[in-house]
Amino acid sequence: MIASDRLPLLLVPVLALVALPLVGSMPTWVTLTVAGLAMGMIIFIIASGLTLVFGLMDVLNFGHGVFIALGAFVAVSVLAPMGGLTGSASMAANLVAVGAAMLVAMAVAGAIGYVFERLIVRPVYGQHLKQILITMGGMIIGEELIKVIWGPDQIPLPLPEGLRGSYLLGEAAVEKYRVIAVVVGLAVFLAMVFVLNRTKIGLLIRAGVQDREMVESLGYRIRRLFVGVFVAGSALAGLGGVMWGLYQQNVIPQMGAQVNILIFIVIIIGGLGSAGGCFVGALLVGLMANYTGFLAPKVALFSNILLMVAILLWRPQGLYPVAKR
Amino acid sequence: MSDAPLLTLTGVHTHIGAYHILHGVDLEVPAGRTTMLLGRNGAGKTTTLRTIMGLWTASAGQVRFDGQDITKRATPEIAQAGIAYVPENMGVFADLTVRENMVLAARNARDADAIDAERLRWIFELFPAMKKFWNHPAGLLSGGQKQMLAVSRAIVEPRKLILVDEPTKGLAPSIVRNMLSAFQRLKAAGATILLVEQNFAFARELGDAVAVMDDGRIVHRGAMAELAEDEALQARLLGLSLGAHQ
Repeated sequence: MIASDRLPLLLVPVLALVALPLVGSMPTWVTLTVAGLAMGMIIFIIASGLTLVFGLMDVLNFGHGVFIALGAFVAVSVLAPMGGLTGSASMAANLVAVGAAMLVAMAVAGAIGYVFERLIVRPVYGQHLKQILITMGGMIIGEELIKVIWGPDQIPLPLPEGLRGSYLLGEAAVEKYRVIAVVVGLAVFLAMVFVLNRTKIGLLIRAGVQDREMVESLGYRIRRLFVGVFVAGSALAGLGGVMWGLYQQNVIPQMGAQVNILIFIVIIIGGLGSAGGCFVGALLVGLMANYTGFLAPKVALFSNILLMVAILLWRPQGLYPVAKR
Repeated sequence: MSDAPLLTLTGVHTHIGAYHILHGVDLEVPAGRTTMLLGRNGAGKTTTLRTIMGLWTASAGQVRFDGQDITKRATPEIAQAGIAYVPENMGVFADLTVRENMVLAARNARDADAIDAERLRWIFELFPAMKKFWNHPAGLLSGGQKQMLAVSRAIVEPRKLILVDEPTKGLAPSIVRNMLSAFQRLKAAGATILLVEQNFAFARELGDAVAVMDDGRIVHRGAMAELAEDEALQARLLGLSLGAHQ
């Protein structure tokens, strides 16, 4: 997935090390770094499907954010009647509840993703301007439907009892949930690495991102593959939505649109169509957001745009440009 | 070897956007033979191959392959019917290894171990570089090696017809000789090949039959040997001078 070029990988530790003297305190730096990695992992989960969708079919899906919000709101509904499990001090009971919410959110987001692809994306293949307009329109409609079902107001999504609090690493406090987010993010990343590198479907996706016409000439139906990737990407966005909602501990119908900005920064930094680049880009964005949120909160979002500009000046096609035909 | 056409194009027209590229192409490719498709730049050779593969849809006329009308079929269906295609740009997946490229081309193989070992050995004999660089990213291969990979992919499983677009383009003379030798062995194995070429010396060595295109039409068809012997005809059809034969 990540080619022999390892240089962009070094950016993650370099950014962390540069931030250390600026933050000044080792415990604070550890806390911020773990928070940044957790945020980066969640963004990666959300953005990975989007970058593959773009790579495979040149589809700019500005409606991806709706699956994030959908996943988060589904989690609200799934977790609401599971008070026994979420209120328990047992982490295992909490994880069962959160795991169930994640599975249902992924299933719902994946199913809606299938409908979204058929009704909204399929009629505008190869027409970028129309794609932008119609997918943004799709997201607006999606948000409004969420308001109809769950209401327009912010809804709390508190962490289950056993996932609250922190682990102490020396003097550094690391929130339990952030550790879980890192673990889930790594699991998704490793699963993606396995599928993309060790299965024929993965090979087809990687090949399709580079030259879909040649994949078709070899006898494979790339549109079916694309639908599969779109559905999987939507499901992952739903999973990311659950995790983002729990990370923020509340959900609002506009949360997808808010996260959209970050995920587009990530996939541009990583190189459009590159899952490996998306991973590195997400970690950089997560770390940058947390360091600047601590050091200079007013420029937190701007810092990520600055990061994107700096990386594009270095590598105009992103960190891991896909070798397009 | 048989003279029955495996592929027949009848009055095929192709438009690309506002441009009318093919103006009623009539072409037959006999089974078990190597047919060369020659012509000047812009004559419509690549468009003909792409139309056969369904990458561009014929606006009129018919493409029949192995007794079936494939004119309106989608590209994957045409490939599944038994046509392999080596495009002009080779279509090699640069970020994938040689092995991964071959696994993709072998539709029936889930992984490299499932590729027909006998056939793979044969390919390694034709193109030893494929064995040497088996686990190397295809993007790091030289131009000639990429062309070898593109051809290897086309033959990794038995196909009824192989379409090849300018396999010698941009290759060093020594590589062109290797390529010629490989195609001659393919031909000896009974493959049916439709090969677009600008290198007349290469075409003359390899072709059984020839069709010459100009301005989106077939303007000459016959035996390659006849065209090879008739320099006046070559000059008229292809603008070739004696220098081209060296």
